[in-house]
Amino acid sequence: MSAPIHWLWSIVVDLYTTWGFIMVPLSKTIVLVIVVLIIVAYSSLAERKVSAFIQDRIGPNRVGLPLTLLGFKKDLRIGGLAQPLVDGVKFLLKEDLTPAHVNKFYYWLAPALAVAPALLSIAVVPFGSTLTLFGTSYKMVVADVNIGFLYVFAITSISVYGIVIAGWSSNSKYPFFGGVRSSAQMISYELSMGLSLVPVLLIIGNLNLSGIIEYQAKNGWMALPFSNLAFGMHENGPWPWVSGFRPREMLLWIPMLISFVIFTVSIFAETNRAPFDLPESEQELVAGYHTEYSSMKFALFFLGEYAAMITGCALIATLFLGGWQVPVPSVDFHSLHDWTFALITRTGADGNIWGLFNIVCFFGKVIALILFFMFVRWTVPRFRYDQLMKLGWVVFFELALANIVITAIILAFVPA
Amino acid sequence: MAITVQRPNLSLAERSYLPAIFTGLSITLGHLWRMMRGKTHVTMQYPEQKWDSHLPEHYRGVPALVTDDYGRERCVSCQLCEFICPPQAITITPGELGENDPFAKVEKFPQEFKIDMIRCIYCGLCEEVCPEQAIYLMKEYAVTGTTRAEMVHDKKKLYEIGGLKTGLVDKWDANK
Repeated sequence: MSAPIHWLWSIVVDLYTTWGFIMVPLSKTIVLVIVVLIIVAYSSLAERKVSAFIQDRIGPNRVGLPLTLLGFKKDLRIGGLAQPLVDGVKFLLKEDLTPAHVNKFYYWLAPALAVAPALLSIAVVPFGSTLTLFGTSYKMVVADVNIGFLYVFAITSISVYGIVIAGWSSNSKYPFFGGVRSSAQMISYELSMGLSLVPVLLIIGNLNLSGIIEYQAKNGWMALPFSNLAFGMHENGPWPWVSGFRPREMLLWIPMLISFVIFTVSIFAETNRAPFDLPESEQELVAGYHTEYSSMKFALFFLGEYAAMITGCALIATLFLGGWQVPVPSVDFHSLHDWTFALITRTGADGNIWGLFNIVCFFGKVIALILFFMFVRWTVPRFRYDQLMKLGWVVFFELALANIVITAIILAFVPA
Repeated sequence: MAITVQRPNLSLAERSYLPAIFTGLSITLGHLWRMMRGKTHVTMQYPEQKWDSHLPEHYRGVPALVTDDYGRERCVSCQLCEFICPPQAITITPGELGENDPFAKVEKFPQEFKIDMIRCIYCGLCEEVCPEQAIYLMKEYAVTGTTRAEMVHDKKKLYEIGGLKTGLVDKWDANK
């Protein structure tokens, strides 16, 4: 290593060892925001590709790197992978039009309100176990707060203001309809979404999102309670020796699955995704709440929608699908009468490689859920306004309430 | 007289939407899977793949001038095409062949022959009206340009597109 690089490296080490309390959260925040923005960009491409494939089309496959601008003979076409970059540049360069009839202050405030909550609420979601840096191990969550759940609910309920304010300040009829629909939808779903999580809280008795992942590491995923299955034979032990099939967890599986379905559907409604994209419904309301928006302000709504989807998927993954953990099978074979097969969860404590593996697993789950959201969007037609209200108030609200009672009964009468 | 519409009696499973949603998901997933394996017939990728080999004999593409068996220009600058052209896309500046020209008896030739491809409607009347079989509608159809001036095909460009066309009526042979 040459002298200047060595000197720079020593500064970096100094910064992280002495100023770690500010440098580490800062770097976590920056990396997380960048990763989220990259996922947003590429999920917009993925959405177009998935929709195209479902509809037997090809989708964007043209935009590549414009090497001809740099004097090369041919452009490098990489299957349209540069499409998000070009879209971003287009949004930046387009004319930013503010119609004369809008309420200027709220018109400018709304796009910011649409993006901020989505980016804020991902702060409490643990996206990895731990990573060790210069001898200190850091938890891979930006804010490891004990009120994680409450924070998420508080922030996500703000997110509707972006849409409502946009619809109201645009001062034209279609955005207004979009805003009104959004607030009505929000009221119908926020309640069942909150209630669907009460059983989870009853079980773990902890509002911290890292706490729920620890619980799932010990007792299996909420939506898949045998994810830490182990079985085998021991010299003196009973046969078959099985752990992971605990009666309490298996019984709790039923309310957990109900919670899972209600929460997932609520996240669909929360993020204004089809089949609940009533605020935006293109066929009825032109573009809904962002009809009057152009250029970067429109892009912010777009970004907010996808960032909210990422946050929602991250929450589903954390609460019900084990967060960052993916069990690794491990076989411990001594003899025919003494062996164990176990699905165990590796964490950052087993080395930085496993810490990175956990981070990859988390984002893998998030991306898989985003793809699922896309399949649903291009499969299920939009719900009618009254059907949506009925589903929220009549079906999910009652179901969530009953679910709480069932969980409480199981917890009270089935021994751990 | 009011008509009572018979609504179907849905079962609980049907009313929960869930079976229908999963059937729908399996259908869309099937389409996606078939597309990923390349089993779906999709749109032709235009600039790379072209329909050119399937163009019919009578296809009307861009109009162009052709030369005869000797490589001599066939146009005698009679201006019939200029007069018949419905959108008035053709402009001809006639010129006179000198006394010493081997084809002096043809008398005229086009000094300049311009077709404005912004105006051209590809009707083929110029080809139909030409007594000299000098102008033809080719099978080329992709005419592009970044300026209006670029879209006006001049004589050089027209011969470039048209090229040599043999086996036509040969009435200006000096020996005849």
